[in-house]
Amino acid sequence: MLRLEKVSKQYAGLQVVDKVSLDIPPASIFGIIGRSGAGKSTLLRLLNLLEKPDSGAVYLGERRVDTLSGRELLLERRKMGMIFQNFNLFSSRNAADNIAYPLEIAGLSRKQIDLRVSELLELVQISDKRRARLRELSGGQKQRVAIARALAAKPQVLFCDEATSALDPQTTRSILTLIKNLQKFLQITVIVVTHQMEVIRAICSRVAVLEDGRLVESGAVASVFAKPKSSAALELLHAA
Amino acid sequence: MPLDLHEILSLLPQATLETIYMTFVSTALACLLGLPLGVYLFVTSPAGLRPRRVVYNIISRLVNLFRSFPFIILMILLMPLSRLLIHTSIGPAAVIIPLSIGAAPFVARVVEAALAEVDKGCLLAAQAMGSTDWQIIRKALLPEALPALVSGLALTTITIIGYTAMAGAIGGGGLGDLAIRFGYYRFRQDITLAAVIAILILVELVQLAGVLLSRGLLAKR
Repeated sequence: MLRLEKVSKQYAGLQVVDKVSLDIPPASIFGIIGRSGAGKSTLLRLLNLLEKPDSGAVYLGERRVDTLSGRELLLERRKMGMIFQNFNLFSSRNAADNIAYPLEIAGLSRKQIDLRVSELLELVQISDKRRARLRELSGGQKQRVAIARALAAKPQVLFCDEATSALDPQTTRSILTLIKNLQKFLQITVIVVTHQMEVIRAICSRVAVLEDGRLVESGAVASVFAKPKSSAALELLHAA
Repeated sequence: MPLDLHEILSLLPQATLETIYMTFVSTALACLLGLPLGVYLFVTSPAGLRPRRVVYNIISRLVNLFRSFPFIILMILLMPLSRLLIHTSIGPAAVIIPLSIGAAPFVARVVEAALAEVDKGCLLAAQAMGSTDWQIIRKALLPEALPALVSGLALTTITIIGYTAMAGAIGGGGLGDLAIRFGYYRFRQDITLAAVIAILILVELVQLAGVLLSRGLLAKR
């Protein structure tokens, strides 16, 4: 679904991502784990096309996407949804209008938008919060709004950037369950970036371990957990 | 101190109306010039959507240059422009042009500061969702910054009220003109005092309106 080929990125002389090759299979939940500073965020920005690699290539499906620019680049970005640690919702909009944003920028009519927003609210099980202001929502409810917004334009890929790191354990479980169910139901590709081993264990089928900008290990979650080969994976396992 | 209430009451309403007229038209025009400039400054700033160091530095310096210019001098310099555009350089209508141009850089900075306060996370989200720059500005940046922009608008209006008083020194009309012509040249402190009170009331009203409106917008979130 998404493929990185020897992708590198430097910031101010620092090699943040170093020749990373990654093949993320479609319709699965793929985990990317690493300690803070391992290059996770940058790798994510390369995958969701907010950043261009210094070298290497990024493919979405069969199409090379890192060389796109202008309108074409925007249209590729619209095929990907993203949720964040701090939700990053628009405080000037209520729940429904936040979910409507990607539909507005895609140019749908008001009627189409209302219809789709109702579907989405139901999908994330907060139909009763349609007109709620953001400050009336709990963290878990906000993340549900964010998930609905990310899925609004029917993306092929959903990125979760430390999406449960700001939530309590119980809410984390309910959000992870929701993501897992949505992935099965919609058959989309989900990419989970986290420093929490529990998150990987709970929902991912495959995992890649990052350390100092390099990919040190990747494979099925069960095998990486059973026989970690890299010191980074070992350390993350012990921390969990 | 002389006190002629009858005379004060015959002069004050006209002068107050002139000040209000100058203030509101100038504020509207200053915003028309300053808002796009402020948005452009934010967008090209180092933390903006499209950082462009050279362009940002040039505009930023120009804005600072205009702002550090003593307003009264700027007004005199811009008088020929008024003559060109509305064929007079005296009276409330004539000073609107220097007032608007003089206040525009101030508005630009106020707007830039208001936009810089917007949560970077939600701009990142808008970018990741494939928004065009214009969509981000119109649908995310400006609505998110609205309460701060309203406070900024009140601040701008108050600054312009101050400027209109200065415009009185060069025959601009309004309360400043009244205070200078009667109070200063004819030693009528009672009229100066009346003009000052009227200006204070105007400033307080604008301040109050700004605070209430901004608070009202925040309460809706």
